[in-house]
Amino acid sequence: MGGALLAIRDLFVEFKVYEGKLKVLNGVFLSVREGQRVGLVGEAGCGKTTTMKCVLRILPSPPGRITKGEILFRGEDILRMPPRKVQRIRGRGISMIFQDPTAALNPVFTIGDQLMTVIRYGSHDSLTRREVRQRAIKALAEVQLPDPERIMASYPIQLSGGMRQRVCIAMALATEPELLIADEPTTNLDVTIQDQVLRLLNELVVRRKTSVIFITHSLGVVREMADWVYVMYAGNIIEGGPKGDLFREPLHPYTRGLMRAVPKLTGGGIAEGIPGRIPDYLDPPPGCRFHPRCEHAMPRCSQKNPPFRPVREGHEVACFLYQE
Amino acid sequence: MGILRFLAKRLLFSVFVLFGLSILIFLISRVLPGDPVRMALGPRAPEWAVQNLREQMHLDKPLPVQYYYWLVGALHGDLGQSLFTRRAVIDDIKEFLPATMELALFAGVIMAIFGILFGAIAGRYNNTWVDNVVRVFSYIGVVTPSFVFAILFLLLFGYLLGWFPTAGRLSPWVPRPPVITGMVTVDALLTGNWGALGDALWHMVLPAVALALGGMAQEARITRATISDNLKKDYIASAKGFGVPERLVMLKYLLKPSLIPTVSILGLDFASLLGNAFLVELIFNWPGFSRYGINAMLRKDLNAIAAVVMVLGVVFVTVNIIVDLVVAWLDPRIRLGAERGK
Repeated sequence: MGGALLAIRDLFVEFKVYEGKLKVLNGVFLSVREGQRVGLVGEAGCGKTTTMKCVLRILPSPPGRITKGEILFRGEDILRMPPRKVQRIRGRGISMIFQDPTAALNPVFTIGDQLMTVIRYGSHDSLTRREVRQRAIKALAEVQLPDPERIMASYPIQLSGGMRQRVCIAMALATEPELLIADEPTTNLDVTIQDQVLRLLNELVVRRKTSVIFITHSLGVVREMADWVYVMYAGNIIEGGPKGDLFREPLHPYTRGLMRAVPKLTGGGIAEGIPGRIPDYLDPPPGCRFHPRCEHAMPRCSQKNPPFRPVREGHEVACFLYQE
Repeated sequence: MGILRFLAKRLLFSVFVLFGLSILIFLISRVLPGDPVRMALGPRAPEWAVQNLREQMHLDKPLPVQYYYWLVGALHGDLGQSLFTRRAVIDDIKEFLPATMELALFAGVIMAIFGILFGAIAGRYNNTWVDNVVRVFSYIGVVTPSFVFAILFLLLFGYLLGWFPTAGRLSPWVPRPPVITGMVTVDALLTGNWGALGDALWHMVLPAVALALGGMAQEARITRATISDNLKKDYIASAKGFGVPERLVMLKYLLKPSLIPTVSILGLDFASLLGNAFLVELIFNWPGFSRYGINAMLRKDLNAIAAVVMVLGVVFVTVNIIVDLVVAWLDPRIRLGAERGK
């Protein structure tokens, strides 16, 4: 593992809405090293997808606005790059699988049209029309779709949900990106095929040694698919570290609550939840955004947002409990 | 294959629609108060003359019999005689319809091109000053009747500035090209008469723009709404995220799905131009079909009324079929549904 491939530092994002400004990201820190599989865990609405859209500079704006921070890809700040350069990073440098394959595929163009466009513009090398087509068919075969020729001529509505997500995986990997962002790629699929798709995705990235950011709200998935884990809460990364260490000894009260909330196979009644709910982004609590729900809250928790700091080798946390 | 079956089905359906329409308009025109024959001949015509004409037009027979005579004639291309022009209605239509058709087609093109263009720009740059300008003008366009525009244009560009002619289809010194379709521009084009083509287009600008503005504003509003909506869709973000150039994403992957609602409304707006052109035709002294239709109704010219309504019916049905075909081409979800026999 070399240096950081991607480093997000102190990222702030606001959404302008009728009622005011939603302060969605509140200083996000995250980094991915080459060949690393990073899991990003958090409740729905905590800002995982927003963060990733910033990485590709595809956050719809308006209403979204990045107010502060930097996103370094191979040492260069994506947020301050000219659009041309950003476009060269998209596809061949970083690509993304969206949560809902039905929404991510254009309903009025064939799979072949969309996949070939992605290959033509996102590939490292310039290809002839025939080579583009061959690569598209190969990409579909690689995600184990039967009869790729027929899939190429199909429209998204002619495919099942699982097939659509395989198509999206094929699209994301066809340009051989260095970093793949997988945003809850199985949340919208039937439970019976979630496992298949996950396994396939894991196999493909391990074989290609692609770095991955795997977004999920399931700790089980992270346990299987990631080497490194970040936990996000209400617009902040609150804890991050090597998987083993983090699962063995979670530090942040929120992470601990999250682990307790996983139902155990051995029974013992319903799992505990975390009391309270995710804060209102229009008027978030001052200081640490978790403090109103935290059983260890101290006076200063409501005054200052705790910095994200290493506690021991590689294991970082944003909590005053661990800072003198 | 699927498209042919779809077309056949729509054509068959259209026949029923037109048949129903013919019964309806036949009944309505005949239950209107007032005696059409007396109105045609004037109050001082002798009773026997009125009686004669009534018999000649089968107006003394019961309604179903009258309808039977009319239908048989119509199927043979004979729509009866006008009570006023005393000519076959079909000849009147041949004379007046092309003038309005030409105007409506020109207006339709303006409506489609500029409506979509302005709407797309406003939608792409929504909530910027460009969007605000387009929105204000499209509100004005939607709420202002076309005759207001017609009068304004006539005064401003016709009389005050003198840029455009104020009446008719051709300047008096330009000889009319031989009648092939009846549309002056098309006839000029077919005979290679560029002078007449230019002159005819020049005459059409003011009435066509006046007629088009309402629909254009409507198209712009709809296009703006769909574009700005679809701009937030994941498929646009994902196409961009995969490295597809911005321009291609906008002109291909955003525009095509966004045109579907616009095209549906465009068809209806175009078809209604034909019927609603009346005041614009009157203001620009355009010898058109819409004026003919209104006059027929005011004079209770039975055969002319039925013919006008049937022609409008045919136009509506045809435009709708074209719209359905275009929408099916734009939207595979509809096309595939149709092929499955839904």
